[in-house]
Amino acid sequence: MSRQWSEHLLLWTLRGLAMVAGCIILLIGAFLAVESVPALREVGLGRFFSDTSWHPSGGVEAGSFNFAPMAAGTLAVTSGAVLLATPLGIGSALFCHFYAPRGLGVAFRRLVELLAGIPSVVYGIWGLVVLIPLIRQWQPPGQSLLAGILVLTIMILPTVALLTESSLRAVPRSYLQGAAALGLSRWATVWGVVLPAARSGIVTAVLLATGRAIGETMAVLMVMGNIVQVPTSVFDPVRALTANIALEMGYAMDAHRSALFVSGLMLLAMVVVLVAMSVWASERSRYA
Amino acid sequence: MPDPSVSPLPSLSEHRVDWPDRAVASLVWLVALLVTGSLLWIVGDLARHGAPELSWSFLTDSPRDAGRAGGILPVVVSTLMILGICLAVSLPMDVGTAIFLAEFTRTGGLLAHFVRRSLDVLAGVPSIVFGLFGNAFFSIYLGMGFSILSGGLTLACMVLPILIRSTEEGFRSVPDEYRKAAAALGLSQPATLWQILLPVATPGLVVGLILGVGRALAETAALLFTSGYVARMPSSVLDSGRTLSIHIYDLAMNVPGGESNAYTTALVLITLLLMINVLTFWIADRWLHRGITHR
Amino acid sequence: MLPADLFRAPGRPGGVKGVVTSSRRTTLGGLLTLVLFGASGGCDSARGGAPIEDGRLQGRIAITGSSTVAPLVGEIARRFEEEYPAVRIDVQTGGTSRGIADVRREIAEIGMVSRVLRPEEADLLNHAIAVDGIAFIVHSKNPVPALTHEEIVGIFTGETRRWSEVGGGDREITVVNKADGRATLELFLSHFELRGEEVRPSVIIGDNQQGIRTVATSPDAVAYVSIGTASFESSRGTAIRLLPVDGVDPTLEALRDGTYPLTRPLNLVSRADSNLLVEAFLAYAASAEVHDLVEAQYFVPPVE
Repeated sequence: MSRQWSEHLLLWTLRGLAMVAGCIILLIGAFLAVESVPALREVGLGRFFSDTSWHPSGGVEAGSFNFAPMAAGTLAVTSGAVLLATPLGIGSALFCHFYAPRGLGVAFRRLVELLAGIPSVVYGIWGLVVLIPLIRQWQPPGQSLLAGILVLTIMILPTVALLTESSLRAVPRSYLQGAAALGLSRWATVWGVVLPAARSGIVTAVLLATGRAIGETMAVLMVMGNIVQVPTSVFDPVRALTANIALEMGYAMDAHRSALFVSGLMLLAMVVVLVAMSVWASERSRYA
Repeated sequence: MPDPSVSPLPSLSEHRVDWPDRAVASLVWLVALLVTGSLLWIVGDLARHGAPELSWSFLTDSPRDAGRAGGILPVVVSTLMILGICLAVSLPMDVGTAIFLAEFTRTGGLLAHFVRRSLDVLAGVPSIVFGLFGNAFFSIYLGMGFSILSGGLTLACMVLPILIRSTEEGFRSVPDEYRKAAAALGLSQPATLWQILLPVATPGLVVGLILGVGRALAETAALLFTSGYVARMPSSVLDSGRTLSIHIYDLAMNVPGGESNAYTTALVLITLLLMINVLTFWIADRWLHRGITHR
Repeated sequence: MLPADLFRAPGRPGGVKGVVTSSRRTTLGGLLTLVLFGASGGCDSARGGAPIEDGRLQGRIAITGSSTVAPLVGEIARRFEEEYPAVRIDVQTGGTSRGIADVRREIAEIGMVSRVLRPEEADLLNHAIAVDGIAFIVHSKNPVPALTHEEIVGIFTGETRRWSEVGGGDREITVVNKADGRATLELFLSHFELRGEEVRPSVIIGDNQQGIRTVATSPDAVAYVSIGTASFESSRGTAIRLLPVDGVDPTLEALRDGTYPLTRPLNLVSRADSNLLVEAFLAYAASAEVHDLVEAQYFVPPVE
């Protein structure tokens, strides 16, 4: 085999593999789109937000296809979790980098990494067996938005903490030395120097955590009670879009099944937007 | 003493006890305690409920009575089979794509740009969306039904971005001198890759592999409608098989009195993941501490 | 920048445009399957196989559907497998609608259906294997003695909010409803002449077992589930109690003589083109040979 030929073969094999890897997301998008077509054509996008309720098994005419309560559920649980996890995550990152004694900081980081590796069903069973009875004593039935928010917070906290921590680490030493030379207090250094320098990294961290929260299925399915309704308090049971897919995918037929793919496509679109925003944030910082 | 007029920050003017600094410090410590506390709570709860049932026979028995009694052997076997298929498919694609991205597109090209971006998106796709896709594509369109094969392939799509990111990192960490030396020796590209770069980049590949296995083991939503949840010993990859995480879900949600075995299974899963975690650190540490001069 | 990049490959066969057209089966399937995962088309033949070899039944049957029927079919399948060791039968739950959907999509050979088949489901063959009813269950510590038709309607529509209004303690009622697409829900709605939207639940459950588990862990909950499953669970000490409805206890006797108001058949359905193995199993499941199993699961064998 001639050398040139073998190098060509290698290059094209690699290109082919890379191409396939790159096309998987297109294939996923395409399949979701194809499966969504019947619902989009027969039910129409408008009815997904204007119908009276979510009772899709009646078919195109008799059924009703309102996603809005579940989109509201996803929105509520995601924003609640992100609002809680962001300060906690940033606090954890600051702790390991600036406040903890050196050994403790490393240990704490490992601990957060451990937290990141716990599967969502395990969070789910903990929520089901420990958290829900606690909330139930306070406000029945216990399966509630609050339970979802708390479980999700613990789940996405490591994402915020670890990514923030690595962007804190990327803050140039010279900044810290400058701050020290100015005699700034620790908090003044963190607030005035470190956090602004690490801002885009933190934004990326929060965006990725948001993506994780939107997409989380099992834990929210297990603890939120899965009632299709717009929540009026944190003690209301709600259903998230992801949980809806997991609950109904097994038996959905025709327009109903297709409607589930529409919601999958919506989730995918949200993630694409979030990833695009985070890429934009990190590229902006690189050229800043 | 710093001169207050130079400072952009008002807190500087306080020379004695810096109360905001103190307050924030205690707040940060509180956060750390809270996070540590929740982890200890979850893990402690798991150990307390799960440990009493854990025994060797739990790992070697079949589930009986809908999983309330007996063990988890078929579940472990199905999990390993799904993992095996997932890796058998994703590893070659991982290595190929990573080599392409790290070694052949240093200056960046259209294809590389496209592949990187689509992998970024793929990494963010919610697992339930992988489940939808896997069900529509592998189970129905390709006619694999609810099978270990269909679940494994779905997982392969899911872990691919994780694998590639880490393997590419591995190749990028190979010092350029190696490539120059190989070129100076007149080695062909395939030989350089195979004999020089791949061995040096292996730790990156292994770290990615381990992260990917961790993600795959933890997955539930993507498998519900691809691999199904039959809790019997699979006889081929076309059988349905349930993984550890699906077993936990099913026992916790659908079986009255199933919590205790759900906890025990969760303990097994967490222990496995913990071992994988430690292994990752160990490899990553050795890799980081190994200088270029060492080789 | 990014989303545009993502979908900007329409010139190629994998692009979004090419897929929406009717040529998807040939272009997309053929091309990408081949590229992505090699030839995996051999699965279909491996799943079916010849149902009889050397005069013995052999092969595999996938059964999905109603969680009410699943435990019974699981037992029947185990006995059938003992008789024909080369046969493997996998049973998965997911609800009646899933059973029908999976059989039509050819993911499963047999579907489990816990209601009467509808006229539009006439493409499937029906095999009755047992009779079941729907029981209302509460936590075993709940003092409520019984519920009437009107009380049940009041509770499930949200008009009755506290147990004290129907003879229980002064606590808020947790209403557990079945998910859409479940046969139990359909029978419940039609019996009480309710529409799905009128029910005001606080928890939605899928499988019977999940309903029983929910009630057994929350003292203020009320749910409706299969009588067979509930009696079976309660007989093994799960903390639930079956309530009489309109004065009739949900017992096997009441099911058998037809005095209990909420009854339904448990069926297996199959496609018309089923193979010999599937037909043999269906005949076995409907035969008198398995009546002891039917009764062990607290169901009533079908009347001939």
